[in-house]
Amino acid sequence: MASDTETGFGWRANGDSAPGPGPDSDDGRGGTTMKTLARLCSRDEEERAAALEELSQGVLVCLGLDRPGSTRLGKETLLHLLRLARSCPLRDVRSRATELLRAAQEQGVEIPRALASGPSAFIPAKQILKDGPDQDILIESFLSLGRVDHVTMVMALHPAYLSCFLRTQHALLEMDGPLPRHWRHYITIMAAARHHCSYVVQQHSASFLEAGGDESWLSGLQNAPPKLRGLNPLNKLLAHRPWLITQLHIQELVYPGAELRWSLAELIHAVILMTHAHALCSFVWGCGLNPEPDHAGGHTFRPPSPGHPTRSPQSPANEDGRQELVDGAVEVEVLMKRMVELQEQQEEECTQEEMVTRFERERSESIPTALVRGAPPERLLHLMEDPDFRYEDFAPRGEQAPPTMRAQDYSWEDHGYSLVNRLLPDMGQLLDEKFQVVSNMTYHRMAMHEGVDTHTLRKALWNYIHCLYGIRYDDYDYGSVNVLLERSLKVFIKTMACHPEQTTGHIYHAFWRHFRHSEKVHANLIVLEARLQAALLYTLRAITHYMR
Amino acid sequence: MEKMSRVTTALSSSAISGRTMFCHLDAPANAISVCRDATQVVVAGRNIFKIYALEEEQFVEKLNLRVGRKPSLNLSCADVMWHQMEENLLATAATNGAVVTWNLGKPSRNKQDQLFTEHKRTVNKVCFHPTEVYMLLSGSQDGFMKCFDLRKKESVSTFSGQSESVRDVQFSMKDYFTFAASFENGNVQLWDIRRPDRYERMFTAHTGPVFCCDWHPDDRGWLATGGRDKMVKVWDMTTNRAKEIYCVQTIASVARVKWRPERKFHLATCSMMVDHNIYVWDVRRPFIPFATFEEHKDVTTGIVWRHQHEPHFLLSGSKDSTLYQHMFKDATRPVDKANPEGLCFGLFGDLAFAAKESLISGDANRKPYPGGDRRYPIFFFKKPDPTEQFAHVSSALSVFETDLDSNRMDWFVRTAQLYLLGGKPFAELCDHNAEVARELKRPQVSTTWTMLRIMFSDPANIATSGPNHLSKLGTLPLMNSFNLKEIGSGIGNESRLERNKGDIRQDNVHLEPENISNNNEENEETEGSEGQAEYMFGDAELDDDDLYSMEHDNQTEEQECTLPQEAFQLRHDILDNPSAPEHLQQDKADSPHVSGNEAEVTCLTPIESFSLISISQPLFTPDLPASFFCPIVREMLSYYAEKGDVQMAVSALIVLGERIRKEIDDLTQEHWYTSYIDLLQRFELWNVSNEVIKLSTCGAITCLNQTSTTLHINCSNCKRPMNSRGWICDRCHQCASVCAVCHHVVKGLFVWCQGCSHGGHLEHIINWLKSSPHCPAGCGHLCIPPSRRAAPSLATPDSAGPPLPRSADADHKQGRAVNPKKKSGQRESQRDERAVRLHEVLT
Repeated sequence: MASDTETGFGWRANGDSAPGPGPDSDDGRGGTTMKTLARLCSRDEEERAAALEELSQGVLVCLGLDRPGSTRLGKETLLHLLRLARSCPLRDVRSRATELLRAAQEQGVEIPRALASGPSAFIPAKQILKDGPDQDILIESFLSLGRVDHVTMVMALHPAYLSCFLRTQHALLEMDGPLPRHWRHYITIMAAARHHCSYVVQQHSASFLEAGGDESWLSGLQNAPPKLRGLNPLNKLLAHRPWLITQLHIQELVYPGAELRWSLAELIHAVILMTHAHALCSFVWGCGLNPEPDHAGGHTFRPPSPGHPTRSPQSPANEDGRQELVDGAVEVEVLMKRMVELQEQQEEECTQEEMVTRFERERSESIPTALVRGAPPERLLHLMEDPDFRYEDFAPRGEQAPPTMRAQDYSWEDHGYSLVNRLLPDMGQLLDEKFQVVSNMTYHRMAMHEGVDTHTLRKALWNYIHCLYGIRYDDYDYGSVNVLLERSLKVFIKTMACHPEQTTGHIYHAFWRHFRHSEKVHANLIVLEARLQAALLYTLRAITHYMR
Repeated sequence: MEKMSRVTTALSSSAISGRTMFCHLDAPANAISVCRDATQVVVAGRNIFKIYALEEEQFVEKLNLRVGRKPSLNLSCADVMWHQMEENLLATAATNGAVVTWNLGKPSRNKQDQLFTEHKRTVNKVCFHPTEVYMLLSGSQDGFMKCFDLRKKESVSTFSGQSESVRDVQFSMKDYFTFAASFENGNVQLWDIRRPDRYERMFTAHTGPVFCCDWHPDDRGWLATGGRDKMVKVWDMTTNRAKEIYCVQTIASVARVKWRPERKFHLATCSMMVDHNIYVWDVRRPFIPFATFEEHKDVTTGIVWRHQHEPHFLLSGSKDSTLYQHMFKDATRPVDKANPEGLCFGLFGDLAFAAKESLISGDANRKPYPGGDRRYPIFFFKKPDPTEQFAHVSSALSVFETDLDSNRMDWFVRTAQLYLLGGKPFAELCDHNAEVARELKRPQVSTTWTMLRIMFSDPANIATSGPNHLSKLGTLPLMNSFNLKEIGSGIGNESRLERNKGDIRQDNVHLEPENISNNNEENEETEGSEGQAEYMFGDAELDDDDLYSMEHDNQTEEQECTLPQEAFQLRHDILDNPSAPEHLQQDKADSPHVSGNEAEVTCLTPIESFSLISISQPLFTPDLPASFFCPIVREMLSYYAEKGDVQMAVSALIVLGERIRKEIDDLTQEHWYTSYIDLLQRFELWNVSNEVIKLSTCGAITCLNQTSTTLHINCSNCKRPMNSRGWICDRCHQCASVCAVCHHVVKGLFVWCQGCSHGGHLEHIINWLKSSPHCPAGCGHLCIPPSRRAAPSLATPDSAGPPLPRSADADHKQGRAVNPKKKSGQRESQRDERAVRLHEVLT
């Protein structure tokens, strides 16, 4: 798990050079720190104050104890402090952690320093703080999860969505369910590895170990139980070409005679976990999330060197594409006009031929997404099979184009929901809520305009993503996708939905140049959910066919 | 309504006939509709739009409406309806939002009449007005309903539901101007067709989408709705607020609901997912479908009663590309298979029993229940309904009240605890049990035990050994009054543990070499699963001296001990038994069990000596061999079992052992055992039940002890699960369980206080607590509360039996081997750390 930026750091105090999360093997102290940290998340303010006091006492004692070495202050603890100092929504905790770090530094301890200036490489940190006034939800998330990660911070721009996202994620990973907890995290890791998303992988690796998982599984798929490995083909398809999933794939996993069989409930659970992780990866890449301060690649123990701003290679590229704001305003005007036109326009009579052509045109329009990022880090490679399997542009019409799925024949509302709820009670409801929140969320504004009905735009985004995944709505005119979604936006959407690991700052900044960042995050959320639903629908349809 | 009745008269009784039949369609159907005179049916789907004639024996394709070289999406139908007044008129709803009408009277091949493309999204439903020829209503995914006058080019009025997705629209049968619309958000709205600005009434009918609704064909203002929440609800719309009057819970989301003609309370439903059957419900009987049609192989998408006054024909279309006509007489009637009996215990032991009257009427003693005759719910009296076709199941309810005193089960508990089932010579056991029964004032049972002793044992033996034992009972420490078997196994355990430490006791020298060479891992993994003997092992970790002394005691003084005569038989039983955990066989091969073997060795002597005695010594009456009594005894046992005293039957069975076992067939025995064990467990007599399981000779029973025997433990230091075997925690590298007294690792019985969770070796803790009521770890906890201190029952052989064996019972459940196949994914951490609750020992 060694990360290349860290090989040079001068901190080798107790010979433990394996960075990254893991069981704290320093001494007994790690355990007490963990406990104190857990108490920091108490809902009782006095309890929190006491824990904070205990934490600082502990750190100060360590600092004072044997002065020259100060080796007793574990690296884990330092990283926890860093994380608290940077992301805790509680002001007192934040400032105390900062003080402690400073105190440690004065005592000559090498203290870690976060590499990134905010949760996202694309969105200025100030913007997030300014636009996200809703501290309550962050505090709530801190108290229940013990941390406020970058995903939460960015999503907090849309609190209505964040709360149901967290609810679903919690139910998926922590609540009662057919799969053991460490498996759930491992499945998420497997899924995230497909999109080279080390952010999600690292986060769940920590949770995986916390849930009692075997560390060796993390070093490679071959160490995981064969039953888990059996998910690989499905994982692969779900991530890149869900339309290829058939009942045979399901049958392979649940066929009564097969060894290591999956029960349908387990399978549904795993499928939702995987689709959730894939979609989350899209979001992480699409918003350019930086590694957490306590992740590998999220911090350094080196002092900052002037002139050369250190940048983690694992955080997305930080290009700034905001120079061309000049004619951005014009674009918004044009878009507004088109939306109004579309809404007023009488349904023009066009043949099915024409409708199909429009759909196929959108589906196979060649959007250059081939800005190939280097091969994924070695450790992620170990977590997947067949790493070259990718999303594939649909062949031009007629040449073995995979069959389209008709939304009217298998929809989430009518079919998917019932199946999920049958096999994994409550999950259907949670997902349903999430889909509804995303499809109805609007602030009635667009860039600098207020009071806009953005319905058509949101619909176009959603349907375009489904179109990329081969799902077709009979009652939608795909011509409007072309009208409403400018090319740079399409590039972004397609990259995010199909090759999220290739998202760059340039792509992010190139579209909707006059829009707020929160609006771009909104678009990201639509991609996340639309993608999740598309992959889910294909699998659920396959399962329905299997059950028939 | 007048028109309708005219239709009825127009229909001669012989007009409709037919049989259950089906035909293949070319493509999955989305909806079907039938024409007024019930002679033709139209099937519509994404790729199909055809009319079939219903003939006597078959469906005949009449017309394909899907014409044109490249059929347009307007032909991709979500719904279809045939006008009930005008037989040439049809309407379809297309997935692309078009509403199309068709005129079959047109001379051209293309029968398309009108096309309305006003809806933006998929149209889910079209509905003709029941009495008005030119009025058509549509409901669409875009949240709008539109009313069309077919003489005009466009809609005459638009109704906005103010929400996404209209799922169904239905004109009322009662009010000319009213229609109902159901929505995806769970609401149902009532509209007046003349007032498009606002709905008349709205209520929330379901959680989640309401997929369908249907007005009752009689003019009663009843509306049935079905939703994704798997419910069918019937609403009375005549009152000010819509009132739910019936609710049927089905097993899958309800896609369609249709009232059955001429049957006031019947409706048919089909589901959208997973369940392919069509159910006909009597809404007053919501728990069981009145009839079921099970022909379809994929979800049923459309159902329609063939004729609006003919209740016996149902048509259905399905995604499996078939069109069916179901005859009611061919339907499955789930009620026939239902169990109409019910049984329930009241709080104070009263027993209520409801069963078919026919079953009970024979019983002359039955008195009607004073609470009133509940056989008929009131509405049955009001008006016996000729349409009520439910099998008349009238059941009689009997309530058996219990006399509280006579029903006290104290005697059962006492008896269970006091009976001795093994560990002593037969005669002594009988005497003891007879005495127990006598003290509990059960003379008949007492006499039976005495009789058994006389029948089966030899008098000389009784005379000599009887008193001997009685005296011993008083003096020996508890342990010794327990089975020899247990001691043998105790030794096994100890030796095994000792072996872990690498010092093999001398006693083990006589073992075969391969036993010794076993590695410890296997030993722990599969510990204690071979045969009878090691069920007991691990009773206690005792000082070697104690064990030795006891062993000698037993061997010298209690030569006649009967016990493990089952040991050999049993091993085969288990092996033959398919339900026994698989690892047994492997066990057998590896045979890592010092304990097993040693137990056999120690047991061997007593068995042989006993058999020698019983055979070689002359019986009291030489011409009455023991087998002479067998039939009587068998009858006696059956008598007790029948009478309900299965305790006696099982106890005697165990005590008699081989003497009677062959006489009673295995199934009966097993039945008795299970009943008794069940009873014991209900009284929470776990130890006794375990002893019975242990002593039983039925393979099926002894297996019981081998299930759920996994014990997951966490490290006491770092509180994480102990994954590996052994005593050291992987993570914190400390010994997990340390005795608070001697500070050594406890391997074997671990006793802990539930108050402070400190503990250690059983012996050490017992000794410690003799001298101090406080926790040995120095945590200050008062492990023996003052109230308990008065009666330190640790060392006294009180009624129930010695604490140690009890602990042994407890650990059978916990310390045993894991079936490795049980859960493949989870790592079964498995330790042979025995756990006994200190408090349990103390009571």
